[in-house]
Amino acid sequence: MSSPGSGNRIVQWIEYRLPIFSWLDHTVGSGYPAPKNLNYLWNMGSLAGVALVIQIVTGIVLAMHYVPHGNMAFDSVEHIMRNVNYGWLIRYIHANGASMFFLVVYIHVFRGLYYGSYKYPRELLWWIGLAIMLLMMATAFMGYVLPWGQMSFWAATVITNLFSAIPLIGEPIVTWLWGGFAVDSPTLQRFYSLHYLLPFVIAGVVIVHIWALHTHGSNNPTGIDVKGPQDTLPFHPYYTVKDLFGLGLFLIIFAYWVFYNPNYLGHPDNYIPANPLQTPPHIVPEWYLLPYYAILRAIPDKLGGIVVMGAAIGVLFLIPWLDTSRVRSATFRPIYKQFYWILVADILILGWVGANPPEGYFILIGQLATAYYFLHFIIVMPFVGWFETPRQLPDSIATSVLDKGGGADTAKEGAP
Amino acid sequence: MTGRRPVTFVRPTLAVVAACVALLAAGPSMAAGDVEAPKSPGFSFQGPFGTYDRGELQRGFQVYQEVCSACHSLKYFAFRNLRSIGFDEVQAKAIAAQYEVMGGPDEEGEMFERPAVLADFIPAPFANDNAARAANNGALPPDLSLIVKARAGGEDYVYSLLTGYADPPADVELGEGMDYNPYFGGGQIAMPPPLFEDGVEYADGTKASVDQMARDVTTFLTWAAEPDMEARKRMGIKVMVFLVLMTVLLYMVKRKVWSDVH
Amino acid sequence: MSTTTSGGGHGDDASRRDFLYIATGAFGGIGTALAVWPLIDQMNPSSDVLALASTEVDLSPVKEGQAITVVWRSKPVFIRHRTATEIEAARNVIVEDLRDPQADEDRVQQDKWLIMVGVCTHLGCVPLGQKATDPQGEFGGWFCPCHGSHYDTSGRIRKGPAPANLMVPPYEFLSDTTIKIG
Repeated sequence: MSSPGSGNRIVQWIEYRLPIFSWLDHTVGSGYPAPKNLNYLWNMGSLAGVALVIQIVTGIVLAMHYVPHGNMAFDSVEHIMRNVNYGWLIRYIHANGASMFFLVVYIHVFRGLYYGSYKYPRELLWWIGLAIMLLMMATAFMGYVLPWGQMSFWAATVITNLFSAIPLIGEPIVTWLWGGFAVDSPTLQRFYSLHYLLPFVIAGVVIVHIWALHTHGSNNPTGIDVKGPQDTLPFHPYYTVKDLFGLGLFLIIFAYWVFYNPNYLGHPDNYIPANPLQTPPHIVPEWYLLPYYAILRAIPDKLGGIVVMGAAIGVLFLIPWLDTSRVRSATFRPIYKQFYWILVADILILGWVGANPPEGYFILIGQLATAYYFLHFIIVMPFVGWFETPRQLPDSIATSVLDKGGGADTAKEGAP
Repeated sequence: MTGRRPVTFVRPTLAVVAACVALLAAGPSMAAGDVEAPKSPGFSFQGPFGTYDRGELQRGFQVYQEVCSACHSLKYFAFRNLRSIGFDEVQAKAIAAQYEVMGGPDEEGEMFERPAVLADFIPAPFANDNAARAANNGALPPDLSLIVKARAGGEDYVYSLLTGYADPPADVELGEGMDYNPYFGGGQIAMPPPLFEDGVEYADGTKASVDQMARDVTTFLTWAAEPDMEARKRMGIKVMVFLVLMTVLLYMVKRKVWSDVH
Repeated sequence: MSTTTSGGGHGDDASRRDFLYIATGAFGGIGTALAVWPLIDQMNPSSDVLALASTEVDLSPVKEGQAITVVWRSKPVFIRHRTATEIEAARNVIVEDLRDPQADEDRVQQDKWLIMVGVCTHLGCVPLGQKATDPQGEFGGWFCPCHGSHYDTSGRIRKGPAPANLMVPPYEFLSDTTIKIG
């Protein structure tokens, strides 16, 4: 495979010493064959990569003005908003960028769940992806603490107190996390240090994720393996240009939040400086953590709640084996497909419960939804896999594309 | 997709849509609780093209100066910011010079009072929170710099609160020194009604009704919370137009590149 | 699908395609460049820093022959109450022979008050010479310890690596004994 521009003497000079151009070509270039039937849900990976880069770049810039100290953090954020040139723009991009990052990553995860992208031989790829998601949550949480508003402070208090549920050593661990007897300036400073570090760890794990991906190539909407060159297209230009078009749409949505509704996804209480003596009436995490928060609150026991919340993510590591079906894509699994959408609705309900105070019927709904969440993975997934009769799979990716009438626009064959 | 067997016992998309509708419907009603939902009088700065009315801003500053500032600080507001609400440099300097701020230390190490300059921040009415509480019957008047962003309902809430004082209903027993205001959490507020008919005399001759003053000071406080809002919306238009054109171009390129596959 | 062949070589089609690609590329390039600007401009002085651009100084305590250092824009400003000898020395040079030719009259508003930014024009160190005990260089003014630049009693560069005279900041006399710098 010759990369574009391989005739260039400078390119040749470098390539001979460091084969970076052929490496790029095999990673995102014409040398990487991708299934020809990928739909727009397969744009999310590259969008997540872009979102990570946006977060890192704006974050480095914000760090030039931010002061990680209990007495100055809130003021320094307002300094960024009011005095620094384009500070408001950069901060709003960073704050809303976290939400956009989670949005595309969650769609990415649900896409993998629907099309069976976690199944053989992509189990490790799935695990590495989950590790990225966990790192993102840690990073986002610590970033949310930095403005040092009321929500920041009480989120830090509540989340760090989760560790106090550990028997015997819980209390000393929490004191160690805080660097004091409550969340205070030392806590803020260590969170800042880690918030700066973790994105680069994420970037490293992303490289491993892509490495694992390229070992067996992308899954595809049919879930059947690539059988030959007739099933694939070179990544460049076909998917690079498709990814760029998706990026355009992504940036339009992103820009809407930044320019026209920059505080909608935040909480008004975070514009009140942290007050260790007064907890706001309703403390809620950011939207992307609401389902887990609902699961935590569904269990009326401190340690139990934390264990179950951890299990909610832990169970995702097991699904390559919990899913017993020999068919990857839910497109060809008429019964499992129904359960898939019930699960999506269940998780949305959990998010809704998480956003509301733990009172009245929300408690019961939260508990039922939590129970169903685990039921889906532990019972439904293996049993449906055993008893379901999948629909006839196409012979190959190429014939599946032909079956759709030749000119079928890939855009329309996304999630049914 | 022919020959789909009718095993569907839940329409998948329907289930998700239903869940979303439930979310949207239940969200606001729960958030409201026992507090009255704020009024929406409509402000010039709302909407994607909204801008602050310079007259409202300047009158609003006057209301802050003559009414609110007796108890409420505005700590992120510097006199140089007066330039962005339509005062020229001479006017801004004159306003700043009305205030005394702490200067020094001088050669003997003493602090001294000096007239404020543009770089100074507007002085707070109380030296610290404890002094503010002591002077206000135990209640702390919050800083107003971010009040519009720090309250659910934003400008509508601030406007409603200022105009929402009323006689308490029969079943409400007011605490000592409290006033009834249905827009405030719990219905009882320690701040006495701040605005009265003709409470200020506007320099531009506008009639100072309670509604007018509430509207003006709300506009001013919205600006104080988000001074770059106009710049943000202006830039937003350009960015949106650019991104849409860019995306259309990319779509055309994508169609072109993929034309030999379809 | 495979029957449609969008010709690669047909003139019109190809040129329209090329135009589309170039236009899109140009658009993307411009957009990226514009998006980078805020990331660069954020490092320029912020509005609160720009607002602190002026300083007022009371000169009355400064006796003849003494010098004080005040801060303006986070930089030291040297204010020297010059003696008649020093003024004489500053005026007694052939301006054209200087590295950075400038007459002493052009560097002061009042002969006895020399006011300038105390930052060496070589690489930004603060020259010595404000205190009577400091080394004042071969020309009785200031001496930069970093790389050995000598300034005279008008703050002009006379010897050493510095390329220019010590900078005179914008200032005005508000009264006989008060100046406003900036």
